[in-house]
Amino acid sequence: MNDGEKLSDRAPAIRIENLGKSFGDFQVLRNVNLTVCQGEKIVVCGPSGSGKSTLIRSINRLEQHQSGRIVVEGTELTNDLKGIEKIRSEVGMVFQHFNLFPHLTILENCTLAPIWVRKLPREEAEEIAMHFLRKVRIPEQADKYPGQLSGGQQQRVAIARALCMKPRIMLFDEPTSALDPEMIKEVLDTMIELANEGMTMVCVTHEMGFAQAVADRVVFMDGGQIIEENEPVAFFSSPRSERTKLFLSQILGH
Amino acid sequence: MADTASNTIARAAAPDARSLLRRLAPFFGTPLNAALTLILLWLMVRLGSLLVDWAILNAALFPAEPETCAAATGACWSFVIAKSGQILFGIYPPAERWRAGLVCILIIITLVASARPSAWRPGLAAIWVGMMAIVLWLMGGGFGLVSVPTSSWGGLPVTLILTVFAIGLGFPAAILLALGRRSSLPVVRTLSVLFIETIRGLPLLSLLFVASILLPLFLPESLLPDKFVRALLALTIFAAAYLAEVLRGGLQAIPGGQSEAAEALGLNYWSTQRLIILPQAIRIVIPALTNTIIVMIKNTSLVLVVGLFDLISSGKAALSDPAWPAPSTETFLFIGLIYFALAFSFARFADFLERSGAEKRG
Ligand SMILES: Nc1ncnc2c1ncn2[C@@H]1O[C@H](COP(=O)(O)OP(=O)(O)OP(=O)(O)O)[C@@H](O)[C@H]1O
Ligand SMILES: [Mg+2]
Repeated sequence: MNDGEKLSDRAPAIRIENLGKSFGDFQVLRNVNLTVCQGEKIVVCGPSGSGKSTLIRSINRLEQHQSGRIVVEGTELTNDLKGIEKIRSEVGMVFQHFNLFPHLTILENCTLAPIWVRKLPREEAEEIAMHFLRKVRIPEQADKYPGQLSGGQQQRVAIARALCMKPRIMLFDEPTSALDPEMIKEVLDTMIELANEGMTMVCVTHEMGFAQAVADRVVFMDGGQIIEENEPVAFFSSPRSERTKLFLSQILGH
Repeated sequence: MADTASNTIARAAAPDARSLLRRLAPFFGTPLNAALTLILLWLMVRLGSLLVDWAILNAALFPAEPETCAAATGACWSFVIAKSGQILFGIYPPAERWRAGLVCILIIITLVASARPSAWRPGLAAIWVGMMAIVLWLMGGGFGLVSVPTSSWGGLPVTLILTVFAIGLGFPAAILLALGRRSSLPVVRTLSVLFIETIRGLPLLSLLFVASILLPLFLPESLLPDKFVRALLALTIFAAAYLAEVLRGGLQAIPGGQSEAAEALGLNYWSTQRLIILPQAIRIVIPALTNTIIVMIKNTSLVLVVGLFDLISSGKAALSDPAWPAPSTETFLFIGLIYFALAFSFARFADFLERSGAEKRG
């Protein structure tokens, strides 16, 4: 967006330096550097297996990195459990398969972490939950169970559930790729709204329309490395690397 | 046509007549089915009437004395009536039997009161601990009650106490073992596997013998727990190992995304297990848990081999009274009925839990 200059003046929300990660012998991330400023929206794309999920899952330590540094909101991710829990309660995450808790109602899904992690009284947690359920436009489903909702509704609940912790950063890992086409828009609209309110967002997605609409930067990954990053207009109109061109022709061609 | 009239009549008849016919069809549809049905019906009537004759019509009831039985050709219920105190409470001092009775009532009330899912609050655990303490005080005495050593305990309270304590203590241990078996810490994992596999590899009888006979050889008198406690310990670790494996099946069925989502929200390991993983895992394995628990209820009767007087041993002891004709069928039917009531009501309860969970998630 056009206030990109101002964004980089602010304190970084996430700083990733020389990140390396492997599963056994298999190097999944190599030498990844990425700084995300407060309020910035980053879209990460790349072919399957390029390490996108591993990268954003490292940001809240669902994956443990082996080399390099990750600093989130001024706290470095180390083995210190307190630090990890602090970061997790400030970083919301939305998964491809929603991962709602099927044995809890929609409302209970949303109040669980505020009650048990933030130690809020139940009434207050429910108030916050209803606020965010209204925001994602499904307050009337509060007493249902996840299994009774459509995929798009479930994903909006998952977004509301993350927002109830009042996170400073939101991570999205292909939030629409498990959805039927007619439900993608309702989830993307919710995400665009969130972006317009100034949330810091890192979003793995192949929804290029979304990237063009809200991203401040698009990051292209391949083979565990960041190949190219740029503002969306430049990224789509004049990609620098051959691999990016190939990737773009593949996903935009269809 | 000739049968138009009868068709009309059939159609005019109440619809239940037709549905009755449809329901009878499987029994009389073919000549073979009809023959089998008739033969089985005849057998049921014959055996049924024999049973009724024996158990009711020709049975001896009151007065509950040996002579009543001698005069009757049927079941000797007089014995069960006269000896019910001894069968139910064994060698517990007759003057104190009210305490043993109270213990049974207390345990059953607590069980029933905890059955509704709406009662499952943190307070319930406290109620159970309180109940267990009161039960031990009532049975054992002290603090104003005449003290009764565990060697004089017997009958139904022993069966109930062994069952409830073995499962009540074994279940939390099983949860820890099942989680331990899936832990990322190698030491915890190895110890859990070792424990579970060792206990599962041994017959319960040998565990009971180890607890009651071998343990005293290794431990000095002062450190040795009571024989009752040792048997209870054996039952508890046996239950823990089996329940742990049942639970592990449930834990494995929960997709990894569940704990990831919980952890991403900032919940720590224990909160994640308690609030997200275990409630789902336990619900999945309710049928297998029920099975294991019912087996455990009946397994408690094995303590008779190490000299504890559970329901079955006290029944046997009652039968040895020379004044009576020793009607063992009646006595064991009576005891069997108690076991059946325990196991069956537990099975119904588990069924109810399973269905209430399934309904909720639509
Ligand atoms: N737990 C794991 N153990 C071993 N290998 C893994 C594990 N998780 C991921 N990988 C491997 O790491 C590589 C990167 O995976 P990652 O999920 O980050 O890719 P991705 O870019 O998100 O792909 P996709 O678009 O398919 O989601 C893949 O080759 C994958 O097979
Ligand atoms: Mg992925």
